[in-house]
Amino acid sequence: MSAQRYKWVGTRQNRPDGADKVTGRARFAADFNLPGELVGKVLRSPHAHANIRSIDTTAAARLPGVKAIVTGADFPEQPDQLLPAGEMQVNLRDVTRNIMAKEKALYEGHAVAAVAATTAAVAAEALSLIKVDYEILPHVIDVREAMKDNAPVLHAHMRTEGVKPAPDKPSNIAKRLEFAKGDADAGFAQAEVVIEREFTTEPVHQGYIEPHAALASASEDGQVQLWTTTQGHFQVRGFCCRLLDLETAQLRVTPSEIGGGFGGKTVVYLEPLAIRLSQRAGRPVKMVMSREEVMRASGPTSGGHVKVKLGARKDGSIVAADVTVALQAGAFAGSPVGPSCMCSLACYDIDNIRVVGFDVVSNRPKVAAYRAPGAPISAWAVESVVDMLAQELGIDPIDLRLKNAAKQGTKTHYGASFGVIGLVETLEAAKNSPHYRAPVKPGHARGVAAGFWFNVGADSSAAAQVGEDGTVTIISGNPDIGGSRASLALMAAEELGIDYNKVRPIVADTASIGFNFVTGGSRVTFATGLAVINATRDAISQLKARAAKIWEVDVEGVVWEEGEARPSSTNVGKFEPLSLAKLAASASRTGGPINGHAQLNAQGAGPGFGVHIVDLKVDMDTGIVTIDRYTAVQDVGTAIHPSYVEGQLQGGAVQGIGWALNEEYIYDKQGRLQNPGFLDYRMPVASDLPMIETVLVEVPNPTHPYGVRGVGEVPIIPPMAAIGSAIARATGVRMLDLPMSPPRLSAAIDAATPAMAAE
Amino acid sequence: MSKIHVTTTVNGEPTEFLCNATDTLLDVLRDELRLTGAKEGCGSGDCGACSVIVDDRLTCACLMLGAEAEGRRVLTIEGMAHGDQLHPLQKKFIEMAALQCGVCTPGVLIAAKALLDRNPNPTETEVRFGLAGNLCRCTGYDKIIRAVMDVAADQRETAR
Ligand code: FES
Ligand code: FES
Repeated sequence: MSAQRYKWVGTRQNRPDGADKVTGRARFAADFNLPGELVGKVLRSPHAHANIRSIDTTAAARLPGVKAIVTGADFPEQPDQLLPAGEMQVNLRDVTRNIMAKEKALYEGHAVAAVAATTAAVAAEALSLIKVDYEILPHVIDVREAMKDNAPVLHAHMRTEGVKPAPDKPSNIAKRLEFAKGDADAGFAQAEVVIEREFTTEPVHQGYIEPHAALASASEDGQVQLWTTTQGHFQVRGFCCRLLDLETAQLRVTPSEIGGGFGGKTVVYLEPLAIRLSQRAGRPVKMVMSREEVMRASGPTSGGHVKVKLGARKDGSIVAADVTVALQAGAFAGSPVGPSCMCSLACYDIDNIRVVGFDVVSNRPKVAAYRAPGAPISAWAVESVVDMLAQELGIDPIDLRLKNAAKQGTKTHYGASFGVIGLVETLEAAKNSPHYRAPVKPGHARGVAAGFWFNVGADSSAAAQVGEDGTVTIISGNPDIGGSRASLALMAAEELGIDYNKVRPIVADTASIGFNFVTGGSRVTFATGLAVINATRDAISQLKARAAKIWEVDVEGVVWEEGEARPSSTNVGKFEPLSLAKLAASASRTGGPINGHAQLNAQGAGPGFGVHIVDLKVDMDTGIVTIDRYTAVQDVGTAIHPSYVEGQLQGGAVQGIGWALNEEYIYDKQGRLQNPGFLDYRMPVASDLPMIETVLVEVPNPTHPYGVRGVGEVPIIPPMAAIGSAIARATGVRMLDLPMSPPRLSAAIDAATPAMAAE
Repeated sequence: MSKIHVTTTVNGEPTEFLCNATDTLLDVLRDELRLTGAKEGCGSGDCGACSVIVDDRLTCACLMLGAEAEGRRVLTIEGMAHGDQLHPLQKKFIEMAALQCGVCTPGVLIAAKALLDRNPNPTETEVRFGLAGNLCRCTGYDKIIRAVMDVAADQRETAR
């Protein structure tokens, strides 16, 4: 790593919330309670697709202890209007139906009513007394089935957007998109090798360990307080106000500590229900999802079907690409098919590209963002075919990628041209890594894959408040999901020139700081970091003005260095430096409190690229894959807190390993989820894994004062194809469908064995 | 339904509580005793977020009834530090960034303590299997495993 350029940035300090989090003191959403609170519970549809003819709540309402019941009728109709939800867009008309079904239940687990009662037992009994008259409809789960002409239609109003002429019949295809660069057909005509394959992925859940939970307290005067676990409490406020017809100033949302989100906590589920129930009951209402509810009713990411065709010359130059991506959106339109199409080929500088995407609804829970939404699905397919090209052409898979790598100035198929990016540096670092230089052990095989994510900027606000003793409180509004308090404090300490431990960062509620977009898109250290830097600089300029006032010189004559105001030169005069503590102590005599503020819309988020290397072995009889060694290499811009950057790479890689090898939603014939728990929805555990080595490549982002690039999303993109490629090299079988679980892999090996024997 | 009276020891303190026959130990800890450090990640014994130590045995508090705590000694994350001194595992987890969101951390720390109490000299594989009942979705386990091995090494060093 580069020589140390900074005093604090790039060092591994203890996180400010560390002690609270290792002692159980940190409060997550289910840890909040209020006097007099009621327990809220949700009645969910047992059917994958059904008309709701009527809901009879009379018997439930008569049960002693039941204080309020709500159904779809308690939430006003919403306009057909898109709002941003994390990195995705959602339609308000759909959001209100997703939190509580109106005319139809569209997936098993869809909320149809909610109850607030004095105890959990009473609430549960009340749910059993609610009579819902369902008319069961034919359902569709699979994305390719849902696209067929004769498939059961979920939404009578849905016409496929983006096709001409505009269709006059309803369809489950919400949208078709197309991106093109050059001339794909002409490109394939020049190709000497063409490989085409079709791949699938299953939906996978974000798998945060903390289930959704919310506590709402509505007052008789219309004011409401809400405590919830979310990646964006300002978004929660926005959604709840729209869905419940509240003014934003009436609703104060306080984020709890958040027990994982990965994109899945950028939307609302329980929050509007808890508020409505509290308004009806006149008492606080707490709602907590069970793990089963999380699995049945909160958003996984899409499953997909991806067709990839790549054409190359014998020297390895890729001359044409044709990709088609169809993603499940779940019950309502809005899969991450856009980013999936855009990211699919972004690692490569290819002249002729066509990418087509379809957004498809089916009778599954509405998808939510999951780490680099959409990108892993298309990358699984594209990177697998790139590896097949490398095999076919006899070229090292990293060399093949180096030959075709996107660079500064490369124009992507979605229109943007790259600025300063570090893909080549990342590929080279992968090639030179101890892992790649080590020989592959006998009986093992190695796979490599790359990944790309845009990273996000957007709106952030921050404040830097100077205390009377010269310590500084940094206030921002992004829930700290993985150490962001530490990285924000490091940048503030660097700017101020004071000790890291004299800076305390807090995550403020919606009434205590200006708007902040969600913790997501790998934006917090970049965008909120920029707001913190600017707020700190604002405080510093006030501090310099105070020093100038004390010294009776022009403010231009004062500089800020190492935590103190100094005269800029001897011409200004001979003055003893004034420390932050001294200036703070005299603040009321020099003009009052010193508080810096900043708010901005951050532009120029630096794109991120990663390359993963995996060594594994396959048990040919059982199909069990054992990962022996794993390395994640990534351009991280500048690692503000290297340990938490490494942690992002390691955590993302392991989520990708789970996606590759085990995780999937299993449905029965009635469209009911068969594995709504951690026993059967198997996420990686410690004994499944080796250490995850990391190589941090630092190609600073020129648009950020410290060169920050988002780091959180990229590491989930390469694992599936890296593992698939290693399996292909180990077994001779190229897997096309995820997950590559033992039963599927052993079946594929068995199916290929007679063919291989015959060759 | 009348409540059950239970006399037990929690984090070294003699403790009494009333619970329903169906309440889990986790319900009692969180809702009655207001010890919310143990988390409910699944309620089915699959995530380890609710880990506590009952009479020296690592236990999922979601799988044990509150009434079964009668006469036992229960240790929760709230009892892991000594006064104002963090347990070495707690310190090391902070220093080595062995947590991201931190929701799994109380359970992981309790499981790690149970492991080191039993086996002060574990191999990496033993640590991985010792913590295999604790799901962490954030970290990929790497820094957790390293932190536990580091504490074990430190403790062996001091013991010498
Ligand atoms: S809550 Fe007890 S094991 Fe998950
Ligand atoms: S740190 Fe988030 S689940 Fe372990």
